[in-house]
Amino acid sequence: MTRRQKKTLIRIVAAALLTLIAALLPLEGVWKALAFAVPYLVIGWDVLWGAIRNIANGQIFDEKFLMALATLGAFAVGEYPEAAAVMLFYQIGELFQSVAVGRSRRSIAALMDIRPDMARVLRGGEEVELDPEEVAVGETLVVRPGEKIPLDGVILEGSGSVNTAALTGESLPVDVAEGDTVISGSISLTGLLKLRASGVYAESTVARILELVENSSEKKARVENFITRFARWYTPLVVVSALLLAVLPPLLGGGEWSGWIKRALIFLVVSCPCALVVSVPLSFFGGIGGASRDGILVKGANYLEMLERVDTVVFDKTGTLTQGRFAVDAIHPKTVSAEELLDIAAAAESYSSHPVAESVVLAHEGDIDRSRIGAVEELAGMGVKAVVDGRTFYVGNGRLMEHVGADWHECHLPGTVIHVAEGAAYMGHIVINDQLKPDAAAAIRRLKELGVKRTVMLTGDSEKVAAAVGKELGVDEMHAGLLPAQKVERVEALLAKGCRVAFVGDGINDAPVLSRADVGIAMGALGSDAAIESADIVLMDDKPSRLPLALRIARRTMRIVRENIAFSLAVKFGILILSALGLTNMWWAVFGDVGVLILATLNAMRCMLRVRE
Amino acid sequence: MKKTFKLEDLDCANCAAKMENAIKKLDGVKDATVSFMTQKMTIEADDERFDEVVKAAVKCIAKVEPDCRVILK
Repeated sequence: MTRRQKKTLIRIVAAALLTLIAALLPLEGVWKALAFAVPYLVIGWDVLWGAIRNIANGQIFDEKFLMALATLGAFAVGEYPEAAAVMLFYQIGELFQSVAVGRSRRSIAALMDIRPDMARVLRGGEEVELDPEEVAVGETLVVRPGEKIPLDGVILEGSGSVNTAALTGESLPVDVAEGDTVISGSISLTGLLKLRASGVYAESTVARILELVENSSEKKARVENFITRFARWYTPLVVVSALLLAVLPPLLGGGEWSGWIKRALIFLVVSCPCALVVSVPLSFFGGIGGASRDGILVKGANYLEMLERVDTVVFDKTGTLTQGRFAVDAIHPKTVSAEELLDIAAAAESYSSHPVAESVVLAHEGDIDRSRIGAVEELAGMGVKAVVDGRTFYVGNGRLMEHVGADWHECHLPGTVIHVAEGAAYMGHIVINDQLKPDAAAAIRRLKELGVKRTVMLTGDSEKVAAAVGKELGVDEMHAGLLPAQKVERVEALLAKGCRVAFVGDGINDAPVLSRADVGIAMGALGSDAAIESADIVLMDDKPSRLPLALRIARRTMRIVRENIAFSLAVKFGILILSALGLTNMWWAVFGDVGVLILATLNAMRCMLRVRE
Repeated sequence: MKKTFKLEDLDCANCAAKMENAIKKLDGVKDATVSFMTQKMTIEADDERFDEVVKAAVKCIAKVEPDCRVILK
C-alpha cells in the first residue's frame, strides 16, 4: 500500500471505532448528532472539501458531491448513524478500488518486465556498463549467464541457451551458438555470450514490444466508450429523479417530507457509476496484460472486443500453418534403390543454396564426398546437370526430363517433385513438401470447437498442394494460386458477406491483408518488425495453437465485462425502484454503491488469471 | 505531434473519463486519451500549438482532480 492508502486505512479504522462508540453511547437529539459528526468528519472531511472545490471549478456531478449531499441530507433528516456509515463505506470502497487497481498494475508491469537495465559493451578492450540506449550498431556486447540480452544481435563468440519466456510465453529454452541471432529481452541461461549489436535500442524487439504494450490503452473498446457515455447521463439523471422524488410527492400531498427525502438520499448514494467505470477498463487491462504472459500482444481493447466476435478465421498457408521449410516427403525410385536415388540427387544439388535443394541434402544422411562430384551445370528454370562418380545425371523438374528425352511421369503425391535421370534413362523422383506445423491441425480443430464457423486457407501455392494441406488440416475452404492482392480480394469478399474475419499471417508480404481484416493477427513476430507494425494482435512465437488461446482470453474478458455491466446495472436499478417504493433503507444503498464496486472489481481482476486448458 | 505524459495520483476512473472529455474539447487537440489503468495521458495536437495545448490540458486535469499531477518531461 502507498502512504496515501495507509493514511486512508488508519482513518477508516479510527472512524469505524468512533462510530461504534457513538452508537453505544446513550445519547439523544443534538448530542447524538454531534457524537456521529466526529467519525463522519474524520472519514469524510476530504470528500466534503473536494465537493466544495469541485463546485467552485464548475464540476458539479461528481461522486464526492453526491456523497456529501447524501450524507448531509441524512444528517438533516436525523439518520446520523447512516450518514457516518455511508461515508465510511464509501471510503472503504475507494480504498479497495485503489489497492486492487494498484496491484493489477504492478502484476501486469511485472509480466512485462522485459526492459533491459544495462548493456555491457566492449570498448577499447574493456567492459563498460552502459544504458542500452547508448549502444551503437556493430558494438560488441557481453552477456553473462542470468542476464537479459539488451539489444538484438548476432553471436560472435560463445554458445549457450536463452529463455524467451517473457517474450513468447514459451518456457522451453532455445540453444544458441555462434552466428545465431538472439533477441533483446530474452535471458541468457548458460554460457558467456559475445554479440554484435545488429541495431540500436530504439529499433530493438524489446523497445517495439514495450511501445506496443504502452500504447494499447489508447485504443478503447466500444463498450468502454459506451460506459463513459452512459456514466455521463446516468449520474445527472439519477440526481434529478432524486430531486423530483424528494419534492413532488410531498407537494402533491403524498405524505411527510422526511420519508420522501430519505428515499431520495438513497438515490444519491446509488447514483455513482464507479463500479462500471472502474471494472470495465480494469477487465480489458487485465485481459490484455494476462495475454502478454502467453506471448499474445493485443494492440488495444477494441481488438480484444473484435476478436471475441470473429466467426471466420482466414489463414495464410506458408509460414503460418506450415513451417515454410521444405523436407523430403517421399522417394519413388524406378531403377535403383531409394538410398541410391537420394544419394545421386543430394550430390548433384550439394552446391545449390535453393531451399528445395537444401532439403534434399538435409535428407541425405551422412557426408557427401565432394570429390565424387565433377562438373555441375545449372540449367535455368529446369534443374542441374551434374557429373557424379564419372556418370552424368540430370536432376530437376518435368521440363528437364522432356529436355533430355527421359521417359518420366508425374507423381500422384502433391508437392515439389525432383526427377532424376542418367542421360535419357529415367531413374525416379523425390517428393518435397513444406512441412505442416505440428500443432496446426489441432489449432484448427480447437477453433471449430470454440464455435468459429468457417476456417479458410489462402495460398500462392498450386491447387494440388493446397488441397492436400487443406485436407490434412481440416480447413473448410481453401483458395490456391493467389497473388498477394488476390488475398486481399478474398478477405474483402468474406467481409462483404457479413463475416467477421480474422486474418492470420506471418507478417511477411501480407501487411495489406492484415490491415484489411477485422482483426489482423501476425504470428512468429519475434524478430519481424513488419509483423509487429501491421497487425492488431501479435503472437510472438509461431505456434498456431496460441490462436485458440487468444480467442478464449478475448471471450473470457468480454464475458466478465458483460457480467459486471449486467450485475451492476441490475442491482442499481433494482435498488432505485425499491427505494422509490419506500422498501429500502440506507444500508441497501451502501450495498448498491460500495458492495457492487467491490464485487465488480474482484470479478474484473479475474481477467488477469491464466486461461486453463 | 503525439506525446504521452505520465500522471501521478490519478485516483478515480470517472475522473479520467472526465479529463479525457475536457481535453478532447480543447482547441487544437486532434485526439486525446487519459488512461486510468496505465496512468497516462496521450495528446495529439498541431505541432505549433502543442505547448499551449499541453498547458491547457494540465489545467483541465487540475480542475477535475486537483491532486493529480502531470509529469512534464
